[in-house]
Amino acid sequence: MKQRIALGLLLLVLAAVPARALEIFACEPEWAALATEIGGDAVSVFTATTARQDPHMIQARPALISRIRAADLVVCTGAELETGWMPVLLRQGANGRVQPGMPGHFEAARFVRLLEVPARLDRADGDVHAAGNPHVQTDPGNMRLVGIALARRMAELDPAHAAVFQAREQAFRGRLDAAIARWRTEAAPLQGIAVAIQHKSWIYLLTWLGMKEAATLEPKPGVPASAGYIAQIVDELPRKGVRMILYAAYQDPKPSEFVSGRTGIPAVMLPFTVGGTARAGDLISLYDDTIRRLLAGSRGNAQRD
Amino acid sequence: MRHKSLIAASILAQLVAGPAMAQETDIRSVRAEIASMRQDYEARILRLEKRLAQAEAASSRAATTAAHAQSTVGAGTPQPSGRPGQRAVTSRAVTSRAVTPRAVTPRTDPPAGAPDSAAETPASAAPAASPAPPASGNSFNPNMAVVLNGTVGASRRDPAAYRMPGFSIGPEVRPVARGFALGESEIFLSANIDQALYGALFVSYARDNTVSLEEAFIQTTSLPGGFTVKGGRFKSGIGYLNEQHAHAWDFADAPLPYRAMLNNQYADDGVQVRWLAPTAMFVEIGAEAFRGDALPASGAANKGFGAFAAFAHIGDDIGAGGEGGSWRIGVSELWTKAANRVTGADSFNGDDRLTIVDAIYKWAPGGNFADRYVKLQGEYFHRLERGVFNGQGLAATQQGFYVQAVWQFAPRWRAGARHDRVWGGSANPGLANPGLAGSALDPGGRVGARESIMLDYSTSEYGRFRLQANLDHSSGKYDPQILLQYTVSLGAHGAHNY
Repeated sequence: MKQRIALGLLLLVLAAVPARALEIFACEPEWAALATEIGGDAVSVFTATTARQDPHMIQARPALISRIRAADLVVCTGAELETGWMPVLLRQGANGRVQPGMPGHFEAARFVRLLEVPARLDRADGDVHAAGNPHVQTDPGNMRLVGIALARRMAELDPAHAAVFQAREQAFRGRLDAAIARWRTEAAPLQGIAVAIQHKSWIYLLTWLGMKEAATLEPKPGVPASAGYIAQIVDELPRKGVRMILYAAYQDPKPSEFVSGRTGIPAVMLPFTVGGTARAGDLISLYDDTIRRLLAGSRGNAQRD
Repeated sequence: MRHKSLIAASILAQLVAGPAMAQETDIRSVRAEIASMRQDYEARILRLEKRLAQAEAASSRAATTAAHAQSTVGAGTPQPSGRPGQRAVTSRAVTSRAVTPRAVTPRTDPPAGAPDSAAETPASAAPAASPAPPASGNSFNPNMAVVLNGTVGASRRDPAAYRMPGFSIGPEVRPVARGFALGESEIFLSANIDQALYGALFVSYARDNTVSLEEAFIQTTSLPGGFTVKGGRFKSGIGYLNEQHAHAWDFADAPLPYRAMLNNQYADDGVQVRWLAPTAMFVEIGAEAFRGDALPASGAANKGFGAFAAFAHIGDDIGAGGEGGSWRIGVSELWTKAANRVTGADSFNGDDRLTIVDAIYKWAPGGNFADRYVKLQGEYFHRLERGVFNGQGLAATQQGFYVQAVWQFAPRWRAGARHDRVWGGSANPGLANPGLAGSALDPGGRVGARESIMLDYSTSEYGRFRLQANLDHSSGKYDPQILLQYTVSLGAHGAHNY
């Protein structure tokens, strides 16, 4: 502890700058929101992607390279979600502090239990992630765990604001816990409901709410459906008692809406991350809006924005 | 019902866990409590799972319920951080819960024989979770990827007799081969060497079974001040396409100015220093020094310091998250010295100075490149060549450019069009030195031009089939070409440069 304080002081002296906001590069909007909840005014957060963008398919844009250069802390999902673009940014961003393995490199997926870990690795199975399904932010329980770890990491990097981060994280966790209890009641009618999903992005949400994934509109992760496969899905869904078809705000709604049109099962667009819908302005409202849309969908109302 | 009681328990676990984080003094007793609760629930879960496995008839429903029961318990489990000391507390739990993924994942290939009772044995559960890396000598093997490509093509004129009027071109500059032809097969290895260095090796096998080392370099990862230093053999950072590997190009062949002035691409042994400015806008400058052994340089002149390059790039997003697109503009200079450069029947001694201006703009609806996007790019080349060509004094200016547009109009489908053009000879229509009339450098009043269109389909991020048609006038004669190409990569997921 003493060593850490001494090290922190040393770093402060070495940096020799007036207390400056911790520069955070967030790969996705949910981690930007979490870092802002914890950091408040003591951090400056840049979000690399928006809720309308598929986080698998981001270009290694020049602006991102220069933002990596400036970052004290990179907060990403990990579990290979950003494997198509982050390695390039990290290699070109010329910033040793945020390389993998450094304190400035934070991967949220390391702090939660990943589901859908493939039993075998073969690209013939589609776009599988070796570490497990990376879309962890759809369960607030995961957000809670990541928040605890992120606050610690931020305190480690910016000891001067450690108390602020800790206090803000606890306050956020308090609000989140209260909300989780409320959501449990609100979402009770969703228990056991079978849904179809457009892409395998929802296992954490479905597991949290006790819903069942009965079908996926992609025959394999990341592989668009053929006409024949869709016909089979259209045939299957009513038999499986599917009540909703879920897709994320960033996804093309056409496959879900096509199947919805053929089966009469409502297609429900979910925000997926902060900013995915107008109401999902922060983390709490992200889950609020998700549950609101699921409840409406379970009553047979399509939800799209 | 059973899992309702588990939910209640997990709420309790969370309530206990919350304050525990706050009051560090209580942490030990709470942890013990959690550990005992976890043991209790794990035992119950195992029992539950056994029953589920037996009642396997409605398999998917049963599996989801089990997953839910497990995860709700898991949610109440504090996993405060990845620190090694605390990891020990959770690792046992992770291993025993590793059955979940097998149970939830809808399997396309059910393991032969007994379906789910096997999932509970530790042996089959172990590979699923694997928080601990395998203790084998291969653990630190570098990332490996293989790129395979091949073409089938048809053209009116024999590629072996290809010439570019006004240019003395290198031996590798040919239109795509007629008939079936394997392209370059590449093996790519890369990894962090240690905390300070990254290394990469690209080996390429050509159709005639010759091996070439395309790149083999080390690069710093953690220099302060925004500096990156690269050394070894690498593709120069000049221009836009030069640094990319050919399999990442949007057309099957190099644009004419790259063909005419860089022998397709410039790679050599040397060192590169890049500096990234500490600005929100992307501003980067770089300088390179090379041995000078690759065309247009030759002979490792100046005692092995025969080529130098410098480049500057700026770029930015338009709108937050690049929703209005993103762009990059670059200017590059390449100075090369040729000592007894021989291309075909021509020899040259002297200096080249090449200037490249490049620009690229990419746009996708909402900045989402998953389904549809547009990519516009163009580069302009200007070269001044001075020296002695085939025994005659030479001072020639050569120019060229290409512009291209690629449009992904549907997921996996892209269409593209390209126009490229080169023209040589210092003072067109005749050369400054009349002694060079009739040589390769005499354009004879001709301008090399080409129109290309392409359509490609990707089976995934890793596989692509491309149909390309060229109306090629670059030899001064009309030469329609058509080709079908496949380009695939297997192994490590390659991240692509902008």
